[in-house]
Amino acid sequence: MENSVAYEKATELRLGLPGIDEPAVLSSVKNNKRPLHDEKSGENGKSGQNERAPPSKAQIVGWPPVQSYRKNNFQQAKKSESECGGIYVKVSMDGAPYLRKIDLKVYKGYPELLQVLENMFKFTIGEYSEREGYKGSDYEPTYEDKDGDWMLVGDVPWEMFITSCKRLRIMKGSEARGLSCSGV
Amino acid sequence: MNYFPDEVLEHVFDFITSHKDRNSVSLVCKSWYKIERYSRQRVFIGNCYSISPERLIARFPGLKSLTLKGKPHFADFNLVPHDWGGFVYPWIKALAKSRIGLEELRLKRMVVSDESLELLSKSFVNFKSLVLVSCEGFTTDGLAAIAANCRFIRELDLQENEVDDHRGHWLSCFPESCTSLISLNFACLRGEVNLGALERLVSRSPNLKSLRLNRAVPLDTLQKLLMLAPQLVDLGIGSYVHDPFSEAYNKLKIAIQRCKSIRSLSGFLEVAPHCMSAIYPICGNLTFLNLSYAPGLHGNKLMKLIQHCRKLQRLWILDCIGDKGLGVVALTCKELQELRVFPSDPFGAGNAAVTEEGLVLVSAGCPKLNSLLYFCQQMTNAALITVAKNCPNFIRFRLCILDPIKPDPVTNQPLDEGFGAIVQSCKGLKRLSLSGLLTDQVFLYIGMYAEQLKMLSIAFAANSDKGMLYVLNGCKKLRKLEIRDCPFGDAALLEDVGKYETMRSLWMSSCEVTLGGCKSVAEKMPSLNVEIINESEQMEFNLDDKQKVDKLYLYRTLVGHRKDAPEYVWIL
Repeated sequence: MENSVAYEKATELRLGLPGIDEPAVLSSVKNNKRPLHDEKSGENGKSGQNERAPPSKAQIVGWPPVQSYRKNNFQQAKKSESECGGIYVKVSMDGAPYLRKIDLKVYKGYPELLQVLENMFKFTIGEYSEREGYKGSDYEPTYEDKDGDWMLVGDVPWEMFITSCKRLRIMKGSEARGLSCSGV
Repeated sequence: MNYFPDEVLEHVFDFITSHKDRNSVSLVCKSWYKIERYSRQRVFIGNCYSISPERLIARFPGLKSLTLKGKPHFADFNLVPHDWGGFVYPWIKALAKSRIGLEELRLKRMVVSDESLELLSKSFVNFKSLVLVSCEGFTTDGLAAIAANCRFIRELDLQENEVDDHRGHWLSCFPESCTSLISLNFACLRGEVNLGALERLVSRSPNLKSLRLNRAVPLDTLQKLLMLAPQLVDLGIGSYVHDPFSEAYNKLKIAIQRCKSIRSLSGFLEVAPHCMSAIYPICGNLTFLNLSYAPGLHGNKLMKLIQHCRKLQRLWILDCIGDKGLGVVALTCKELQELRVFPSDPFGAGNAAVTEEGLVLVSAGCPKLNSLLYFCQQMTNAALITVAKNCPNFIRFRLCILDPIKPDPVTNQPLDEGFGAIVQSCKGLKRLSLSGLLTDQVFLYIGMYAEQLKMLSIAFAANSDKGMLYVLNGCKKLRKLEIRDCPFGDAALLEDVGKYETMRSLWMSSCEVTLGGCKSVAEKMPSLNVEIINESEQMEFNLDDKQKVDKLYLYRTLVGHRKDAPEYVWIL
């Protein structure tokens, strides 16, 4: 029965397109990219169906199929959230005698935030890279998130950061380096 | 059959309650038809344009409870213009003029004006129950009329309606003599309510079993209400924001502990997640938990809450629960039958936090799972095949991958085989929604295996007319078919027009059907209303039969063309 062969093919775990022997790049779980349209028509042997491809996600009317009541509710909730005033968090720096408080809502992104921290505590933060954290300085900006975990500032998108950040801590010295090792 | 007096048959028919069975009974012979129609009290009409109120009233003079549905399902997603139709007023007017003693009215996707509500409230002395789901067109003034005039009202249930909130005193309109309330749900109202009036109403409603509050009801009022109504079975919390060290919070803990009957919990429209521990005492008894309007609740706090809910049968949640959270559900909720995972960002701009992994975990841990609505980042054939094996009892399977044409990310194949496994394994499947990259093949499987399928929703799928033909030829019990953005044209539409008479309705938008094709259906099948919704200006100037039709909605009807269609709707 056609089905069992298809079943086997479907459960066969392999990297890459069927019919090709060398492994292709494995797309990561979080990859949001649209499939290449030429691949699609090649697989199915049907051409001329590529006009079917929808425009970018933001433009498709009625997609994703979420009830308009739910969508409106979401907008309402977001609005009241944003009208709620600033997101104030405490900032501590290892070795400094007292803490400061800043409003995260005021800043547009990480560069601005880091600049402000540098000015506030009179130090320099190194260069950020995804792999190695902050290099070139003894200090690393870290934050405590909603789950109580200590995270390196800069890893997640800005919007996600400001909603999950509870407090900031500028770590110094060896502790700092421990956090930035990409040995997760 | 002729040996039994009518009263005996009537008594026997009393035990037959399902609409389907009653309909069958009425077809047996003339005398059964007669007895059945006089004894029928509850009628369900899936499409308000399939029959007229006058004919309904003539056939069922003993009618007490009426359920009506108006707009097609895709109206939920803004694909149907607002004034397309589905007005309830003509129904209420006709019923009011007649001698029908209406007691219950349930409406879905209909346009309900304040005028209709007022007429309703004044026309039926014994009116007991009003349930409005996804309706629009009314304000709190209409609700005030219901409250003021329906002396024996038991149920006022407003689910996900767009209500123009005049911040009224509608709650104060329930007279002091009104003590019959069993169910009150106003969670969808956006405005302030008179809290004092609410407390007084609850205190004089000893039979109140279901209470769903809106966002404007603060915690201290909630606490007072729970003290007044510890018999509640179903609770919808409005605002749950407070300081964990406050007196109000302590009082709430005590109040909740008295509510030993709560089996259903929803709302948390505003939530302070660090205060969920007050809820734990009632979690162990919950069978239904709806947190889909509570984006503030996620991460560890959410996990902890779910871990207390061992008897859960239905769970509605946001995708911020993540695959890991679904793993907790799989370990904890062994009685789970229905799972709905909604996107935290309903505009689909962000990344959904759940993938095929979460679904596989739930399918493995919850063998009783039979109903699913799942918005996710991606899906694989392997996962769907596993799910099909783990849960052969699916009745409803609705999958929505946020990128509508996304293939299996591991194999880059379409999801034909995965969905094929679902329809082959789940022999009782009644409702199916597809998404992801799909070819004609999946429809071959559906036509072959989905013998009980009643409703099918398709978007951005298939390669040719064959897809639609497989479905129309194969699914004998199909009642509703809704299609958008698929390459189905006139050949598929016209292959078997008789089939549409066996169905409630067909929706096709952004497909390849032409005006000529639609005209052909209308000509061949006078028992169908074939509606074209054409919102572009071209419509006026281009009557070419080869013109592609934007939106087609056809449905069977006993009463011909409706008279209330707006200008841009053509009934062929």
